[in-house]
Amino acid sequence: MLLKTLTEAMGPSGFEDEIRNLIREEVSPHVAKMYTDVLGSLYCENTVQTGPRIMLDAHMDEVGLMIVHIEENGLLRFKPIGGIDPRVLVSKPVQIGTEKRFGVIGAKPIHLQSPDERTKPLGINQLYIDIGAKDKKDAEQVVKLGDVCVFATRYEELGDNCAKAKSFDDRVGCAILIETLKKQFQVPLVGAFTVQEEVGLRGATAAGYRVQPDIAIALEGTVCFDVVGAPSHGQSTVLGGGPALTVQDSQTIADRAFLEFMISVAEKHNIPYQLRRVKGGSNDFGAIHKTRDGVIGGGISVPVRYIHAPAQIISLEDYQNAILLTEAIVRAISEGGFTI
Amino acid sequence: MERENHKETLLHLLSGHGGPGFEEAVASKVRTAFSEYTSEIRTDTLGNVIATVHGFGGKSAPSIMLSAHMDEIALVVTKIEAGGFLRVAQSGGFDPRTLVGQEVVVHSRETLRGVIGSKPPHLTSPEERKKAAPLEDLYIDVAMAEERVRSLVRVGDRVTLHRETMELLNHRVSGKALDNRTSIAIILETLKYLQGLKHQADVIAVASVQEEVGMRGAATAAYGVNPDIAIAIDVTFADMPGQDPDESFKLGAGPAVSFGPNIHPKVFRGLRDTADKNGIPYQLELSQGPTGTDGAAFQIARRGLATGVIGIAIRYMHCSVETGSYDDIVSCGRLLAHYIASITTEDVEGLSCY
Repeated sequence: MLLKTLTEAMGPSGFEDEIRNLIREEVSPHVAKMYTDVLGSLYCENTVQTGPRIMLDAHMDEVGLMIVHIEENGLLRFKPIGGIDPRVLVSKPVQIGTEKRFGVIGAKPIHLQSPDERTKPLGINQLYIDIGAKDKKDAEQVVKLGDVCVFATRYEELGDNCAKAKSFDDRVGCAILIETLKKQFQVPLVGAFTVQEEVGLRGATAAGYRVQPDIAIALEGTVCFDVVGAPSHGQSTVLGGGPALTVQDSQTIADRAFLEFMISVAEKHNIPYQLRRVKGGSNDFGAIHKTRDGVIGGGISVPVRYIHAPAQIISLEDYQNAILLTEAIVRAISEGGFTI
Repeated sequence: MERENHKETLLHLLSGHGGPGFEEAVASKVRTAFSEYTSEIRTDTLGNVIATVHGFGGKSAPSIMLSAHMDEIALVVTKIEAGGFLRVAQSGGFDPRTLVGQEVVVHSRETLRGVIGSKPPHLTSPEERKKAAPLEDLYIDVAMAEERVRSLVRVGDRVTLHRETMELLNHRVSGKALDNRTSIAIILETLKYLQGLKHQADVIAVASVQEEVGMRGAATAAYGVNPDIAIAIDVTFADMPGQDPDESFKLGAGPAVSFGPNIHPKVFRGLRDTADKNGIPYQLELSQGPTGTDGAAFQIARRGLATGVIGIAIRYMHCSVETGSYDDIVSCGRLLAHYIASITTEDVEGLSCY
């Protein structure tokens, strides 16, 4: 199960080794050419030379934590890699380092708190990871400073054709890209699995420059907050509403012609879609479209509830539709459906 | 390291779900575990599981009750909101800050899995980040259409935490419901050790219900069993930064033996002397009134019962990553077994002599 393998793999920004190796193994039988760059992004190309050069992007990295200090009592202090609200960390387990050693982030028992304490969130500097070490020396045997951690969450299906896991942002994009690379297209196609999106779209910046695409599409897991009490304009996307197309986010104003083209493809193939309705957040296309002379393109996103938290939820229908839409768009381009 | 006779049993018990008033699933696992030591097992009206292991004392044998509550803290569905999101109230004390982003199990017509929602940081203002949401503002997402949620879930359905148990360094275990299934494991370790000792006393092992809402099972268990000595086994607080020193016990340094008004002085001395005599590590826990354990109910059951309280320290009590040491469970079991083996009819007669 691709989504399970990808979401349970480790890969905080700058530490994408495990996820990269998994993806490489998965795509290698299907692609003609594969290479990595100096930052660690992984590229897969076909051999077609004629037609617009298309770049499909998905970032491999995920938000995580880094161990920055070991206390005398053996508890570990940490800092986040990427945007994590510390309020989601309390009472959650993590897996540390390549050994994936379990650690837990606990909190003072409610019995010993003043009522006032409960109303104040615990900050990163009040939280510790507990690996069961007796003291600093004991902890140092198995953990070193700079080790990184990810949420310990299993991929499981739940509800109405939905799934729960960590790191759907952006392993769902990686899965869509892998499925797309397994298909054959008569157009030059580069799949870029990039690094360090969560700390500022860094892998994609170098990737856009290197690939020099005519058209680029970022495949993403995006903000979805269609929950009780959330105003409609604050929801961004709706779970199960189909893949979301970006109109404007913090880094990109969609190219109107390309957005209209993507919409027309979706409608032609009866693939549900929605427009992403918040300005906040961004994806790799924000970096790619500014490389060299500029790049035309956009983003196709799967709505992710509780993004950047330990247990994220997607609709598997949205995921399947995103795969269909991506394929349909690449085919339409290869058939001359979009002129730059 | 000492032998871990019942570690697997503990992991099995931790995987069960059962909050106050719906302990059946856990009770069934407990009955299976107790049946290794006796066939004399009954269940009382409230649901307490009561198992008797006889000593050699015959009809006049002293009776010692070892009791550990088997319920875990839980939530109860109070409302199904538009979109199928569930609102909850608590059944046992939660820190709502530990629930954000937490996976849960909803015990409805079907067993459903859910996630307690959190707002994405992308949409959260700096002002919002300074606030911790109260329980009333949290909701459970079962990723299902509202119609289907309404057909499966009813107000009053119970919700428990989802967490797979993890093994950490130094024989430490982390997960949900260590409060108080670790104490059930202590009872089992005690019974195991007792098999190698001669004991006059009858042991009545109790897995009690509804402790988390106020020691309700303990009251009927104590009335029904009416033992000479009642020992409540329950977890206490392990050290972590920011806690008072007298409420900060060391993990792996042996069980905490309670002392204070709730504890019969002779029971305390018996436990302490047994530990000293057998070289079993222990820590001293002081209380200044009724303890927050089943022992509070035992002491005032019927005409009053000679009560002791003992248990292991765990970190992060009442959340899904409670962390304790199996070494402490083994030490506690050994201590209780030797204590029980030391009790004679004369000891019991002395309990009312001041």
